[in-house]
Amino acid sequence: MARIEAEVGTPKGGFMKWIDDRFPFTSTMKYHVTEYYASKNFNFWYVFGVLAFVVLFIQLFTGIFLTMNYKPDAAQAFASVEYIMRDVEWGWLIRYMHSTGASFFFIVVYLHMFRAMLYGSYKKPRELIWIIGMLIFLVLMAEAFAGYLLPWGQMSYWGAQVIISLFGAIPVVGDALVEIIRGDYSISDITLNRFFALHVIALPLALIGLVFVHIVALHEVGSNNPDGIEIKENKDAKGVPLDGIAFHPYHTSKDLVAIIIFLMIFSAVVFFAPEMGGYFLEHANFEPANLTATPEHIAPVWYFTPFYAILRAVPDKLWGFILFGLSVLLPMFLPWLDKSRVKSIRYRGPIYKSALTIFVISFLTLGWLGVQPAEGIYVRMAQFFGVLYFAFFLLMPYYTSIDKTKPVPERVVYNG
Amino acid sequence: MDKLNRFASVLALSAFFMSPTSFAAGGGAALEPAKIDPDNINSLQRGAANFMNYCSGCHSAEYVRFNTIGKDLELSEEMLVDNLMFNAEKTFETIQSAMPAEQAAVWYGKAPPDLSLMARAKGADYVYNFLKGFYIEEGSPTGVNNLVLAGTSMPHVLWELQGYQKAIFDHHENADGSVTTTFKEWEQLSEGELDTKDYDEFVRDTVNFLAYIAEPMRSDRRKLGVWVLMYLLFFLIIARMLKKQIWKDVK
Repeated sequence: MARIEAEVGTPKGGFMKWIDDRFPFTSTMKYHVTEYYASKNFNFWYVFGVLAFVVLFIQLFTGIFLTMNYKPDAAQAFASVEYIMRDVEWGWLIRYMHSTGASFFFIVVYLHMFRAMLYGSYKKPRELIWIIGMLIFLVLMAEAFAGYLLPWGQMSYWGAQVIISLFGAIPVVGDALVEIIRGDYSISDITLNRFFALHVIALPLALIGLVFVHIVALHEVGSNNPDGIEIKENKDAKGVPLDGIAFHPYHTSKDLVAIIIFLMIFSAVVFFAPEMGGYFLEHANFEPANLTATPEHIAPVWYFTPFYAILRAVPDKLWGFILFGLSVLLPMFLPWLDKSRVKSIRYRGPIYKSALTIFVISFLTLGWLGVQPAEGIYVRMAQFFGVLYFAFFLLMPYYTSIDKTKPVPERVVYNG
Repeated sequence: MDKLNRFASVLALSAFFMSPTSFAAGGGAALEPAKIDPDNINSLQRGAANFMNYCSGCHSAEYVRFNTIGKDLELSEEMLVDNLMFNAEKTFETIQSAMPAEQAAVWYGKAPPDLSLMARAKGADYVYNFLKGFYIEEGSPTGVNNLVLAGTSMPHVLWELQGYQKAIFDHHENADGSVTTTFKEWEQLSEGELDTKDYDEFVRDTVNFLAYIAEPMRSDRRKLGVWVLMYLLFFLIIARMLKKQIWKDVK
């Protein structure tokens, strides 16, 4: 007992003092963990940040083991994935975790972003956190896209073919750009090699760096909450926010419950439905890449389909590409598009509530349309919902400034 | 309202992720369900024999090792060697076709595809209907065509078992003058060694085996999954108690 007291007591000596004299361990732990105060009224929507971190860890961990057995060679890549699935000890588990993890990464990140839209987490003073988050999202898209080529199946090959050729629509530099991306005149062994390099080194490095900066920026400003109230405006004598509770042990113990529930859903997919009906692992990708046979129906993986539907809804190639790019980038400007005086949906007026509902419906419908054939009624629908998608952002400065907001309380609402 | 909103959004998201995609079938005709039973070892064993006797002459299954089949289908090494390994020496070898791919490409116009992952790429129903879908067509190089994969270069290898059949089509003239052709029914031209019911069973066993080799770890993952979920459930209860304990003073 005496020893434990000596360790936690303020005047420290011994090992921890030796460390702290040379590295800010204790102060960093205090600042980011034990004395980082976040609102006590976090709800369901506040678990997805931690869950994104969990998925990142799963992807890095399983990725390392996949890399030990995968061969980034057009002649061997497909077979090496099957080798991992069949002959490597626990290879199938590692591979299914990684392929399922890719889809869950997007599920979690989309819900995390939606949370920010519900509670105005991107609004002042958290604009930079949001922008860094959007950069994470862009890198994640690139990471997923590069990773999808690696199994070298039919859908890997032809999906990449379609997406990369989009850059050819850019005037003047388009064709040169496409050649730079591919490193060849068509998708080949060279493309596979450079996508492998991007997927296992360049992009994960960028991802980890951005996640670090995202959290540093968050801890500087402090977390938002479902009421959109700055808890730092009401502090006690010691300078601790009255509505805040320490990240550890309070939020960590709550997050642990969320993590286990998440892992249960994740495991249910990994062990009982790893293909997820052809959404997580597309059927056509169980055929090796064949340069002479185009699959009947090329669809990107589900997490790209909302943007892909917008791309296909535009008859002109260049404008399709521009609107596709804009649809991905527009959310980045949310902090300045949103003119509302309140942050949280709880105190916003009916206009924003309706707009957000329409936006969610549009986004999901576009996602569904992205896997349908680009013909007839589907294109017409994609145009309709595409317009709604853009209207949500472009009309935002107007409708958020005329919306009738409710008064925001002084302190957060917490009912135990 | 907030609760309702939350419920509706969760529901919408789950509906989006759970809805099944259909396989893009070539023929357009609705596929009859294969109704395979992956847990039926006897069916898989019969399917393995069917595969080695009727398919492996032309088709390889280059990712599939005999010893894996032996372990999963409860076959001894002796049974493997005597009944399945026609052109293999050691049990760790994979299933190679007896026909050189280059020559096969010349003979058939296209080398017979590897079948390791066929059931996963096309779906068990597709393969089941394909193997049942050969019909006599004059002028075709193989004498037959296929309802599921029109113009296939594969001959009707199983004709001795199924016999030959003719496809009866309905021709329906549309308002704009174009003609839509739909499959109506089969007409049996010659009897095979098996009657229709036995032939269906034969194909079902074979497709069951194809589905097994496409994902040999399927039963392993399902068994392990139950334990993983039970462990997590136990862990969840403890974590929930811990959270309650820590949060009891938060007002």
